[in-house]
Amino acid sequence: MAKSSIKLRAKVKNDVVEVKALIKHPMESGNRKDKKTGEAIPAHYITEVVCEHGGKTRLTASLSGGVSKNPYVSFKFKGGASGDPITMNWKDNKGESDSIESKIK
Amino acid sequence: MQTNIKRRIFLKGSAASGVMGVAVTAGLITPQVLLAEWNEAAFKEKDVDAAIKAMTGSESSEASDKIHIKAPDIAENGGVVPVSITSDIEGTTEILILAPNNPVPMVAAFALGEGAEAFARTNIKMGKTGDVVAVIKAGDKTYTAKKAVKVTIGGCGG
Repeated sequence: MAKSSIKLRAKVKNDVVEVKALIKHPMESGNRKDKKTGEAIPAHYITEVVCEHGGKTRLTASLSGGVSKNPYVSFKFKGGASGDPITMNWKDNKGESDSIESKIK
Repeated sequence: MQTNIKRRIFLKGSAASGVMGVAVTAGLITPQVLLAEWNEAAFKEKDVDAAIKAMTGSESSEASDKIHIKAPDIAENGGVVPVSITSDIEGTTEILILAPNNPVPMVAAFALGEGAEAFARTNIKMGKTGDVVAVIKAGDKTYTAKKAVKVTIGGCGG
């Protein structure tokens, strides 16, 4: 399997799981122009990031072209334990997608 | 004979990875079915209030000091402005991040799932100096807070 575009770290501290994710993606807003040709660069950005754990959706993040290139997303949730599997997936406006499965540390 | 055995091992191996591939594909499909619809209207809206309404369904929001926005006072690079939002409002279900001076104000929306704390962090682009607006949805009410960020190099356009 190809290497995932997502780097996922989930750590338990005082019963709270802190999830940090870094996704490799151009996040083109569609507002930029190619400096040489003057042509508009088409929009290409992640629209949704979903994080699941224990059969529950812990976070659904809707993103847009206003989020930085190679987006970083972080959030926290209660109810996770060390060693639990955790998954994250994203999809973009072109219908591309990727996912990763990791374990809580 | 030697080559035959190798061939057999090779065939076994490829058959196994074929099964793996199918399992992975199946795993990829299931979560996508569960995805909520991306709110296109809210992410196309140029007006801040209308964008908030499109996302939360709420007509007006109340300013609140229970929302904490962590963002730099001066962003040297508008392309990457770290913003983290923490809400002390009970029953927070959604956290929205907006940059009113951007071509499209709605930047990101975090729908908190079961057990999720009222916290979200991401990096946003800011075209020029302006406010970062945080909107919190709790129950059927929305609350807002803002913080000014001075941008020295824009992140939208060139």
